Amino acid sequence: MSEQMIKPYGDTFDDGQVQLSFTLPVEIGARATKAAIKYTESLNFKDVAVVHSSKLADNFTCFVVYAKGIPSLNYKNIEATEVESTQMDYYEINSLIKTKLNRQMVVVGATIGSDAHTVGIDAIMNMKGYNGDYGLERYPEIQAFNLGSQVTAEKLLAKSLEVKADAILVSQTVTQKDSHIRNFTEFVELLEAENIRDKFLLVAGGPRINNDLAIELGYNAGFGAGTTPNQVAAFIICKLLNI
Amino acid sequence: MTHLTLDQKSIIKIRKSAKNIASVVDDFVQIHSTTSIERAVLRLYGVDGVDLSGVPLPNKLVDILQTKGKLESGASYHFAASMLESKRDAKTTAELIDQGKISFGESSSFSVEQILKQEQVLTNFAINTLDNTRKRKLDKQKQFPLPEAPWKYLIVATGNIYEDRVQADAAVRSGADVIAVIRSTAQSLLDYVPYGATKEGFGGTFATQENFKIMRQALDKSMQTHGRYVSLVNYSSGLCMAEIAASAAIEDLDMLLNDSMYGILFRDINMQRTFIDQYFSRLICARANIIINTGEDNYLTTADAIEGAHTVTASQLINEAMGKVAMLTDEQMGLGHAFEIDPQVENGFLLELAHASLAKALFPNSPLKYMPPTKHKSTDVFYSHVLDAMFNLASITTKQGIHLAGILTEAIHTPFMQDRAKALNNINYIFNTAKNLGDEIEFKKGGLIEQRAGQVLKEVVAFLSDIENVGLMKAISQGKFANIKREIKAGKGLDGVFKKGPNYSNPIIEAIKNNRSCS
Repeated sequence: MSEQMIKPYGDTFDDGQVQLSFTLPVEIGARATKAAIKYTESLNFKDVAVVHSSKLADNFTCFVVYAKGIPSLNYKNIEATEVESTQMDYYEINSLIKTKLNRQMVVVGATIGSDAHTVGIDAIMNMKGYNGDYGLERYPEIQAFNLGSQVTAEKLLAKSLEVKADAILVSQTVTQKDSHIRNFTEFVELLEAENIRDKFLLVAGGPRINNDLAIELGYNAGFGAGTTPNQVAAFIICKLLNI
Repeated sequence: MTHLTLDQKSIIKIRKSAKNIASVVDDFVQIHSTTSIERAVLRLYGVDGVDLSGVPLPNKLVDILQTKGKLESGASYHFAASMLESKRDAKTTAELIDQGKISFGESSSFSVEQILKQEQVLTNFAINTLDNTRKRKLDKQKQFPLPEAPWKYLIVATGNIYEDRVQADAAVRSGADVIAVIRSTAQSLLDYVPYGATKEGFGGTFATQENFKIMRQALDKSMQTHGRYVSLVNYSSGLCMAEIAASAAIEDLDMLLNDSMYGILFRDINMQRTFIDQYFSRLICARANIIINTGEDNYLTTADAIEGAHTVTASQLINEAMGKVAMLTDEQMGLGHAFEIDPQVENGFLLELAHASLAKALFPNSPLKYMPPTKHKSTDVFYSHVLDAMFNLASITTKQGIHLAGILTEAIHTPFMQDRAKALNNINYIFNTAKNLGDEIEFKKGGLIEQRAGQVLKEVVAFLSDIENVGLMKAISQGKFANIKREIKAGKGLDGVFKKGPNYSNPIIEAIKNNRSCS
């Protein structure tokens, strides 16, 4: 297999230019700047330039840094999956559910754990939808239940069982110290403990989610920022119908 | 300054509708109380602390009354009787009650006159507490002046109150005028106020009286370093509105999030509970000079910002009318709204100017609380930074009161310290470079902005008259706000609502309502 070596692109191929910004818990000054350079070098960068530093508080300095990444990467060795589903619009999806599933498709969604943000789940489920694409509540062939935010894993499961959900949408928007991973995992573990993981399609969503991560966590699919409701609906119906 | 020509008849009409709506709710509120209000009364009388298993004493005492079926007369009178029996201070008396060493809620060996006299002593103590915090804050503001509006409002939320101090001081250094310590998520659903200093929370830091004190002390220090007054904010919402208001007053907080409908709609708290709690919490705020911040911005997270604009204005009017019933002045009402118009809408910024100017025109003396974009915040942090810049421009141009800093990374994570500094740099630049823009420009007569404001006003007239006809509680149950339906007898906290009995007594309410001096 031939190689396809890549590096970050600034304004010339293989210049490796990267822009970084971070804070060090030290007082601003020449020593702090030196520390920022040394630290960036230790991350495997060369030609480090601290272009800006500012004092955030006593003993906290923020830096903007440009540097050249040293390693190259063989792109041929990189594999990643995207959610596999056919591109379909609102009308095609409704018609597919109506003619092939022969009943309404049931979808339950919630933001679980301590996350109070409904923006992600609302974008997919609310009537209005997102970016000009109608939300699942608008689909006549979908029975959609949006439980909102701060829903416990148990409550989400109970509702899903009650309404015999085909798919469960789990959303995590704003995270602190990787709480989203813990919350996503907790829900899958709950299903596994109850031995009902196979009863539902599980879909994870949120700005920190991609399909690979979702699958690694035991979900059927993961959708990141910018996802429109029809992408989610198309995935679910295709999976249900095995097409 | 930017001036909108609005139909004055419509303005008179909507204020009248709002007043009628608030008055019907008030009729209900006046004959009810809640467990949370009785706990707040005890706190203002000086009860504090927890038992060995960590349950707050105000909860334990109110539980005793509830178990004995004596809650309908309120906690005040019974506690005054217990104080006479214990001959000790309020805190010790509560401990003795909890240990079963003195009676509470039983018939007393003291005469009614003696008990009423003791109740008066307690009320004076409570009112003095509220008057003293008002005075302390004013004294500080003489030394460290309040900055010019819009006040820059920053949220810190590490979960650890000691670490919050560091972040708060960093934010003040970068220009923040107001520091909010956001609460641990789901605290609003706790039917008690946690106790003591806390180092762990979820997406926020627990609101406790001790944490209030720690942050107030830290900000007092920042104030001296930076030479201007720094306000402290917390959340009087959820199931413990009144108690948080009491604790906040005791610890010299300056602002509290306190909305008449937020908990009902977004936290599924029972509406009766919320309306009753809200009233007493606002009376406390009025006397302690705490600015309330209302939560209209939240409507636009579920509803569309253009389609739902009139619901924001309507809610502001209802919050204002209810605030006035609870003795709040215009200057104490930080009515909320938000910059949530879809950035893809052509001339969206002009529509936003119309909405923000309308709010300013309707409530010229209130420190309007303006919230940044959240719904259309992108994970592209550079784009989000520009979105916030437009928000900052709208805010300075229309002279908003309390400006909640939009932060470029807020769609991703709880902002880093450096993110807050970038957000403040953005605000500082725009507030300075466009400082008097609003004084220099006029909106074109009959132009897009003026027409839009007139359109919203028209929708408000119809919407409020509709609500006035069905009543607010019924309107909420029909999903008129934020497209969310809540039933009158559903939701959390209904079990804490009770009808005042013939002997009910809460002399704090009377003292505040009658503006009685107790010194």
